Amino acid sequence: MFRSAGYLARSVSNLSIKSKPQILRCADNSSRVIPSSCRSTAASPEPRQEPAGKTLPNTKKEASASAQGESRSFAMNLFQGKIATEQVFPFPEVLDDEQKEILQMLVDPCAKFFEEQNDALKNDAMEKIDDTSMQGLREMGAFGLQVPQELGGLGLNNTQYARLVEIVGAHDLGVGITLGAHQSIGFKGILLFGSPEQKTKYLPPLASGEQMAAFCLTEPACGSDASAIRTRAVLSDDGKHYVLNGSKIWISNGGLAEVFTVFAQTPVTGPEGETKDKVTALIVERSHGGVSHGAPEKKMGIKASNTAEVYFEDVMVPVENVLGGVGGGFKVAMNILNNGRFGMGAALSGTMKYCIWKAVEHASTRMQFGSRIDSYGAIQEKIARMTMVQFVTESMAYMLSANMDQGSTDFQIEAAISKIYASEAAWFCADEGIQILGGMGYMRDCGMEKVMRDLRIFRIFEGTNDILRLFVALTGIQYAGKSLKELQKALKNPLANMGALTGAATKRAKRMVGLGSGLSLAQHAHPQLNDSAEKTAKAVEQFGATVESLLMKFNKNIIDEQFVLKRVADSAIDIYGMVAVLSRVSRSLEQNLPSAEHEKLICEVFCDEAAERIQQNLASANSRRVHKNFDTLTKISKNVVENGGAFQVHPLGY
Amino acid sequence: MSGLRVLVGCKRVIDYAVKIRVRPDKMGVVTDGVKHSMNPFDEIAIEEAVRLKEKKLASEVIAVSCGPPQCQETLRTAMAMGADKSIHVEIDLATYEKMSPLHVAKLLSKIAQDNKVDLILLGKQAIDGDCNQTGQMTAALLDWPQATCASSIEKTNGDIKVVKEVDGGLETVKVKLPAVVTTDLRLNEPRYATLPNIMKAKKKPMEKKKPVDYGVDIDPRQKVVSVEDPPTREAGQKLDNVQDLVTKLKEQGLLTS
Ligand SMILES: Cc1cc2nc3c(=O)[nH]c(=O)nc-3n(C[C@H](O)[C@H](O)[C@H](O)COP(=O)(O)OP(=O)(O)OC[C@H]3O[C@@H](n4cnc5c(N)ncnc54)[C@H](O)[C@@H]3O)c2cc1C
Repeated sequence: MFRSAGYLARSVSNLSIKSKPQILRCADNSSRVIPSSCRSTAASPEPRQEPAGKTLPNTKKEASASAQGESRSFAMNLFQGKIATEQVFPFPEVLDDEQKEILQMLVDPCAKFFEEQNDALKNDAMEKIDDTSMQGLREMGAFGLQVPQELGGLGLNNTQYARLVEIVGAHDLGVGITLGAHQSIGFKGILLFGSPEQKTKYLPPLASGEQMAAFCLTEPACGSDASAIRTRAVLSDDGKHYVLNGSKIWISNGGLAEVFTVFAQTPVTGPEGETKDKVTALIVERSHGGVSHGAPEKKMGIKASNTAEVYFEDVMVPVENVLGGVGGGFKVAMNILNNGRFGMGAALSGTMKYCIWKAVEHASTRMQFGSRIDSYGAIQEKIARMTMVQFVTESMAYMLSANMDQGSTDFQIEAAISKIYASEAAWFCADEGIQILGGMGYMRDCGMEKVMRDLRIFRIFEGTNDILRLFVALTGIQYAGKSLKELQKALKNPLANMGALTGAATKRAKRMVGLGSGLSLAQHAHPQLNDSAEKTAKAVEQFGATVESLLMKFNKNIIDEQFVLKRVADSAIDIYGMVAVLSRVSRSLEQNLPSAEHEKLICEVFCDEAAERIQQNLASANSRRVHKNFDTLTKISKNVVENGGAFQVHPLGY
Repeated sequence: MSGLRVLVGCKRVIDYAVKIRVRPDKMGVVTDGVKHSMNPFDEIAIEEAVRLKEKKLASEVIAVSCGPPQCQETLRTAMAMGADKSIHVEIDLATYEKMSPLHVAKLLSKIAQDNKVDLILLGKQAIDGDCNQTGQMTAALLDWPQATCASSIEKTNGDIKVVKEVDGGLETVKVKLPAVVTTDLRLNEPRYATLPNIMKAKKKPMEKKKPVDYGVDIDPRQKVVSVEDPPTREAGQKLDNVQDLVTKLKEQGLLTS
């Protein structure tokens, strides 16, 4: 009787849990990685990621630990033409039974909240999160997902966090950014680098959502080039405070936050007594005085998320509020961003599930020319491609979060790849979804139009995708260069280094005669995926060879070859996608999951097409003809910039 | 100690949004890999009990669930909503599938006596079997008064005043404590289990029991012969006007002269 009578609004909602996206989450914001960071630091942010609930030791040493030893990261090794399987095969699983059970219990109420209580379109129209929704989020515990339980949070690890933000991303990216700017970057520095005193003081009210946090890096004159910030903090005469002055722009939660992680230049005296400005991270409270903010910015999307300028005028910041050491601010900033990126991949895979659900709902009911439009090839290709990129994004996101939970410290390339891929895949999904919906998709009430607007920012903040591509390519190339240098060293003393030499020499010789150097994934991938596994191994090999030849050709000038670096990065992204999918689908086949056969189809097409793209990208990285095009493109751009815009004579002459 | 001790039944059922499928062997419905949740009427019962506690009318809320180990998830939800503790009467799946309301009523009445309960709140029915019997049987076994299908519950001195919706309007029933009350749809809107409360619920006590601990024999007294899908509805007919309709009804003998 109950069933037939239908049950309140809930039956609807719960239906949607199944038929609709089970996704969601929130994301992170803004960042920048400057080329100089690609050049100098081995870009080895040293995430001190630990199982949730534990405090992270404040350290300096770990950076070098991973920088010196051989990296176990798949993406790092890829640049040396090696396949490091440890972190990618079998598909990493980190949740124990209890963590799984907790997560399972959290997913439903979280989804229900977004389905029944939060109104994304209303938030968008009001350009703020509705008060009751905000209160609901606080009660839900959404503001302190990863804060240890002792400090009032839920103590979730990265994988559990990813699963929940997936739900947020499926429903409301404006809420997602509000939550993400708060915990993924706003107070993440305190979680990662804070002293026990800083943690006990700041985290409880932040975890409960009583106070909000913001991350303040960007300034009017510096976005991507974060090390060039001008905000300054100078020690007061009594040495008890830093006096902070400067202004920040486009700060998410800037108008709402009570606690700010602020990056400022501070004078640091070196060993020879010379004074230089270095970036320092400070925990600033609004109540310190001298903190103010501008009006909420009018934006294209994520309108419900507050974005504002924040001004600091002679703010007296106690010296105890330095985060991660004086002069250590740049590293703190990079680590925060690096540690937050996985969340974006998870959130956006939720958003994509929503787009797919909307598109499928329409395509399977809309009749045109006498047939349902899902019967037409043009629509089928869209649905299949949307599904494919969602699957890749999801596979990358959970592989990454699991690696982080396993204690990996050099996942920066994977994190950047996952952010780039997710943000572009989501944009594609929303765009194609709207295309499938036709005019309906363009209408506000349909909901997709908002998603499209919301998504655009994801390719810009948290490091623009362009800068992150450079970061991916250069971080990897630098790692590859190290091994090359060792090779060169070995060449100087050939007898003592016979082993290293023969190994490298045979590898190269084999490549030259067109034989594979024996790279294989056959023993890791499921036998049914042999073909995809072979393509992946071959791509890794070609990639390694290309990187090596580029290094020989350009040496350290490679950093200025952005046309080439972009193609290297695109190939790395595709290869990581291949391996993530290969590993996940191998597991699905092994476990005989109900969707295993479907996943296998995705794996086959994705790997085949990716292999082709990779081949083309790598070929063009080394092709004289293509390089000539690069030069020509540079000239075209210069002409246009010099003339202030498109200046060709109009076809009509005026 | 002031306030009532309230026992609430929390049955784990196939989620209301799930499309039910009959098992190929026709001996039941498919439950494997199917989403389950707390019986919605029991959610309402828990909510009511927690509200009584918040109004300081109840001193302790005990949730109970009989069935396979997964019932513990249901109990965690009940505790996340505010129950103080819970009792899981573990029954293996095969036995559980053959249980009937009388078995559960026997267990509940024992548990109520063991725990010196003043009020038993149950859903008026579970959305799987739709029996609507457990509350009534429990009251009978305990020889306690009962008030079923409550759309409002009020405590007045030693009594409970229950309003229920009946065809003609509202019926008000007054019962003396201890009593059994079953809940209807419009009694309240259950709260969400928030994430922090779910975490806290992990630390609340859950007693694990077996039917033998209560001396209850749960051997089946009935046999399932066959489970069938409801017959599919036959296609109807569209008629142009009332005259045709009247003619048709007369033809079928559904309307006289
Ligand atoms: C809605 C919103 C919310 C934000 N939230 C925050 C926040 O909470 N905290 C915060 O600190 N910041 C925040 N930001 C700022 C954001 O992180 C920056 O906008 C972003 O880092 C890019 O910086 P920019 O806008 O100055 O662009 P620029 O750095 O000026 O870049 C402009 C273009 O040039 C390219 N480019 C720059 N340098 C190079 C190079 N060397 N080689 C090749 N290409 C290059 C970029 O890729 C980009 O395409 C937010 C921004 C927005 C719009």
